[in-house]
Amino acid sequence: MSPAPADDRTVISVRGLVNRFGMQVVHDGVDMDVYEGEIFGVVGGSGSGKSVLLRSILGLQRPVRGTVKLEGKDITTLNGQELREVKKRYGVTFQHGALFSSLTVLQNVQLPMTEYLRLPRTDLDELARFRLAQVGLPADAGAKYPAQLSGGMIKRAALARALALDPRLLFLDEPTAGLDPIAAAAFDALLTELQKGLGLTVVMITHDLDTIFRTCNRVGVIVDRHMVCDTLEGIVRQEHPWIRRYFHGPRARAVSAARG
Amino acid sequence: MHEGDGRLRVCGHWVMANASDLAAALDSISPGRAQRLTLDATGLESIDLGGAVLLDRRLRALSAAGARIEWQGERPEQLEVVAATQKGAKPEQEAVEEGFDLAEPVRTIGRWAVERGEEALTTLSFFGAVCVVIARALTHPRHLRIAALTRHVQETGLQAIPIVSLIAFLISVIVAYMGAQQLRKFGAEIFVVDLVTVGVLREMAVLLTAIIVAGRSGSAFAAEIGVMKLNEEVDALQAMGVDPVEVLVLPRVLGLVIALPLLAVIADAVGLAGGGLLCFWLLDIPFAQYLARMQEAIAPTTFWVGIIKAPVFAFLIAFVGTLRGMQVRGSSRELGRLTTVAVVQSIFLVILADALFAVLFLELDI
Repeated sequence: MSPAPADDRTVISVRGLVNRFGMQVVHDGVDMDVYEGEIFGVVGGSGSGKSVLLRSILGLQRPVRGTVKLEGKDITTLNGQELREVKKRYGVTFQHGALFSSLTVLQNVQLPMTEYLRLPRTDLDELARFRLAQVGLPADAGAKYPAQLSGGMIKRAALARALALDPRLLFLDEPTAGLDPIAAAAFDALLTELQKGLGLTVVMITHDLDTIFRTCNRVGVIVDRHMVCDTLEGIVRQEHPWIRRYFHGPRARAVSAARG
Repeated sequence: MHEGDGRLRVCGHWVMANASDLAAALDSISPGRAQRLTLDATGLESIDLGGAVLLDRRLRALSAAGARIEWQGERPEQLEVVAATQKGAKPEQEAVEEGFDLAEPVRTIGRWAVERGEEALTTLSFFGAVCVVIARALTHPRHLRIAALTRHVQETGLQAIPIVSLIAFLISVIVAYMGAQQLRKFGAEIFVVDLVTVGVLREMAVLLTAIIVAGRSGSAFAAEIGVMKLNEEVDALQAMGVDPVEVLVLPRVLGLVIALPLLAVIADAVGLAGGGLLCFWLLDIPFAQYLARMQEAIAPTTFWVGIIKAPVFAFLIAFVGTLRGMQVRGSSRELGRLTTVAVVQSIFLVILADALFAVLFLELDI
């Protein structure tokens, strides 16, 4: 499951990341590596700074200290224009979808394309419809507004928007939160299928143990303001008490029992 | 991509980053009369699904026009993926271009009339609900939420004192200055005092205070309640059996009805002081004379004629603000729209009510 990681396959490399809000230290030297073509799960307790980590990697927030390298470029030192170039190369879905409520689903998917590319209308429509089909949304969903969609459809539409520019790198913030188990399982299947088909590298924040076991190759756990990274098999054998509770609590046992 | 005798060479990087150039290049190719089109993909370095979609659409159009498409070298597998994905999704119905329909304007007018009717009903029923809640709170003080009420008096009243004072001061300065310029021609500078005191007490102070408060608090009411609607907080209240009108609307309405008259009194005082200051500077009328002249200029009712309007304005502002907030549903765009509507309508209603008051007082000869 985990091929020997060679350095040239490192897509994301975080070193010594420190984030502070006032007196509150969120991260105190987080190290994290994500290799090409894997699904990397980020877990941690509420308030452990998962979303802050994601925002630091996306360049939405400058860390106090440390480096964040995306495909070899240290984004903490880039200026606005260079950061824009980097941002073209990844897709993101946010926890609650973050679809623009005044735009239709089709327009939401087209937004990154119209922002970065000059394409005729027919092509934009064709591309957006293709993205919707790619994430398994019916064609008539394109004309709807986000308020008219179900929770599962919002997650899919957000994924379609994240895929709009054919990124190599995909960030997902709790993609299955708030979905029923069937919809969540369908989303997991969609994600693995897309990741295999497109060779994507995926970083995913999730609390869903099912999703972790079904999709992730490696997992990073944020504990005590640091990160413990390991393969899926390795992480469940970690000795840290919080990690043990996380992967061996009653819910985790139910998941592994169900998986045999 | 290069063209030649029914042969196209597809080469380079067909990725989304280059999509603008790809679409332009594809569109610059005229299909011509070629019955057979050979695509040479040997020079293709990379292609992603977006690039494949762009190519696929043109190839479909060409085959529909009767061209046979052949590939030299390997056909990119991305084209298969695109075709397979699109087969799964049902094609969207093309919008049919409709001609002019005579019934359409009628439908539009009808829809507009129905919407206006519903709007009037909503407003009326909300007015009824507010009245019921006020009556209940006055008879059963338990329903009066004192903590919330004082908070709104503080936010809409106390915190508005600086801006209201500033506006009142500036307005009285403007009135005194303009009056001085005109009345000096007749040597009747002393009547500037009449103009300022009567103008400020009867109209200016209360009207401008109400307009400031409408912009400040009317919008805040609509936005606060609107966000609570979007967060389903209003639903949560209702599910707990708590009346949202009692918890959210009543403290705001009563709070403003208390705060606005007090603000108007402050505006009166600052306005009169500002007038006195300008009379002293501009016309060398000493304060003692200003005060004496003021006593003659104003009737006992002048102050009350102004201040009696304040609770009415306050009710209108708070009513419209909370009503519009309650009407927010669905999206953040609605929130912005209804907040704007709340401010515009409450200012309009304040000015309309002021005009009605002017007519009323004229008839009553006050």
